Amino acid sequence: MNRFGYTRAGDVAEAVHAAAGDDAAQFIAGGTNLVDLMKERIAAPSRLIDITRLPLRAVKSLPDGGLEIGALVSNSDVAYHPEVASRYPLLSQAILAGASPQLRNMASTGGNLLQRTRCYYFYDAALPCNKRAPGSGCPARDGVNRIHAILGASEHCIAVHPSDMCVALAALAATVHVTGPAGARAIEFAEFHRLPGDAPERDTTLQPGELVTAVALPREGFAAHSTYLKVRDRHSYAFALVSVAVGLRMVDGTIAEARLALGGVAHKPWRDPTAEALLRGQRPDDALFAAVGEHLVRDARGCGHNDFKIALVRRAVVRALQQAVAGGPRA
Amino acid sequence: MLPGMGDDTCAITLKVNGSTLRLQVAPWTTLLDLLRERLGLTGSKKGCDHGQCGACTVLVDGVRINSCLSLAVMRDGASVTTIEGLAEGDALHPLQQSFIEHDAFQCGYCTPGQLCSAVGLIAEGHAHSEDDIRELMSGNLCRCGAYPNIVAAIGQAMRPRRDA
Ligand SMILES: Cc1cc2nc3c(=O)[nH]c(=O)nc-3n(C[C@H](O)[C@H](O)[C@H](O)COP(=O)(O)OP(=O)(O)OC[C@H]3O[C@@H](n4cnc5c(N)ncnc54)[C@H](O)[C@@H]3O)c2cc1C
Ligand code: SF4
Ligand code: FES
Ligand code: FES
Repeated sequence: MNRFGYTRAGDVAEAVHAAAGDDAAQFIAGGTNLVDLMKERIAAPSRLIDITRLPLRAVKSLPDGGLEIGALVSNSDVAYHPEVASRYPLLSQAILAGASPQLRNMASTGGNLLQRTRCYYFYDAALPCNKRAPGSGCPARDGVNRIHAILGASEHCIAVHPSDMCVALAALAATVHVTGPAGARAIEFAEFHRLPGDAPERDTTLQPGELVTAVALPREGFAAHSTYLKVRDRHSYAFALVSVAVGLRMVDGTIAEARLALGGVAHKPWRDPTAEALLRGQRPDDALFAAVGEHLVRDARGCGHNDFKIALVRRAVVRALQQAVAGGPRA
Repeated sequence: MLPGMGDDTCAITLKVNGSTLRLQVAPWTTLLDLLRERLGLTGSKKGCDHGQCGACTVLVDGVRINSCLSLAVMRDGASVTTIEGLAEGDALHPLQQSFIEHDAFQCGYCTPGQLCSAVGLIAEGHAHSEDDIRELMSGNLCRCGAYPNIVAAIGQAMRPRRDA
C-alpha cells in the first residue's frame, strides 16, 4: 500500500469539505474494495477520508411509502432488515447472493455502488488498461474475456460492473442521494452508472467530491412476484457470469407491470424498457419469455471467450421470469 | 481530524480479547497485521490478504469480518475478539470442543478463521439447516477439504447439548 494521510470525518459537511480540498483523496467505508485495490497498487489515494462515523446508518420509511437506506448501512443489515426482506425480497436475495457473510458485514450500501470492475487486466498494474490508465489500450478485447461484456461495450473497454445489489436496485428503480461541494442532488439509478464509451475510467456520473448519502426505494417492491437469479462458476462466493433481477406486478393472472435488469453483461446493470414493454398486459407464457430473452440480446456481441453469455442470458431470462411468476426462487 | 492524529501515525484505543490497549498505528496498517505483527496474536492467519479465504476472520464488536481488508485506525474504540480470546481460561469454547469431537480440521491453518466465523454465524442467527451453515460459512475456505466435519461440528454446537 502507498503512504497516505487519514482524516476521520464527523459529519457529511466535514467529509465533503475534506474531499473538496484534495483531488487525490478518497472516501473509505467498508474498505473491502478500496483496501484491496490499494494493496494491488491500482488505487493510491493521497488521503483516506473515513466516513464510517457519519450518521448514515438508518433505514427509514419515506412519506411516499418508499424506504430510504443510509449509505453506511452494511450489506448484511440491508439484506436482513425486516422491511427489506418482506417488501423488497429481490434486494435481499441479490445481496445475499454476493460475496461472503464477513464481507457483507463490512461492505456498505454506498461502497457497493462504487465497487470497481473485476476485469483481470484492470487488476494487474503491470498491463495496459484504459480504465486504469486512460489511453493505454484494452488487452481484454483480444485476451481472456470470459467474464466480460456482451452489451453496451465500446472499443475502449468491455468491462462489466460486478455488483449483485445494483442489479436489484436497477430493477426496483431506486434513487441515489448524493451531497457534494455544489450541494445535494438525487440521481435516478439508471443514470448513476454509465457505459464506457470513450471514457472508461469513469464508472458513474458522480462528480468529483460527491458523497453518496442514501439510496431510496420506491413504494412498489414487487414482493409477490420477484426473483434474483445468479449464474456463476461456483454455487457460492463467486461473481455473476450472468444474473437476472425480475419484478412483476400481476393482476388477475396478467402481467400489469414488469421490471427486468441483467447483471454480468455490461458496464452497468442493464435495463431495457422495450423488453419490459413486451411483457406488459400479457399472460405469462414460455414462448413470450423466450421472445423477451431473444429481444434482450438482439444487439449482443461476444468477444470470443464470453460468447456463451448470449445463450446464457436467453435461458436465464426465461427461468427468472418463470420463478417470478411462481412467487420467487424457492416457490 | 481528531486530537493525537499526526499525518504519519494515529493514536487509537482497542480492546483486544478483553484487554484495553492504547496504540500508535500508521493508517496503512491492517487490523490483521496489527494483531499478528505488533500484538503477537498469530492465531489469525494471512491466507490470501485479499478477502478471498476467510483465514483472517475475527470478531469486531461481536461481528465477523475479514481483518485483512480492515484498517486498524478505522477500528478505534472497537472490541476485537480473536481465536486467542475464545476459550475461558482452560475451558474451551463449545465450538472449539465441537471441532475437536468432529475432527473438523486437518492441517489447522483455516481453523482459527473457521471458528471465529462460526461464532459470528451463530450470533447472527440466520442458519437453520446444514445447507444454511454451508452457505453462510462459504467465506471460509479449507484447502484440506474438512468441510463435512466443519458443518457437522457447527451443527452440533448450535443444538442444545443433551447432557447439558
Ligand atoms: C473476495 C470478494 C468477493 C466479492 N464478491 C462479490 C459478489 O459476488 N457480488 C458483489 O456484488 N460484490 C462482491 N464483492 C464486492 C463487495 O460487495 C464490495 O467490495 C463492497 O460492496 C464495497 O463496499 P465497501 O463499503 O467495502 O466499499 P469501500 O471499499 O470502502 O469503497 C469502495 C469505493 O466506494 C467509494 N465510496 C464508499 N462509500 C462511499 C460513499 N458513501 N460515497 C461516495 N463514495 C463512496 C470509495 O471511495 C471507494 O472508491 C466481493 C468482494 C470481495 C473482496
Ligand atoms: S475491459 Fe476495461 S477494465 Fe478491462 S482491460 Fe479493457 S479497458 Fe481495462
Ligand atoms: S487473509 Fe483475509 S480473507 Fe484471506
Ligand atoms: S484444515 Fe487445512 S486448510 Fe482447513
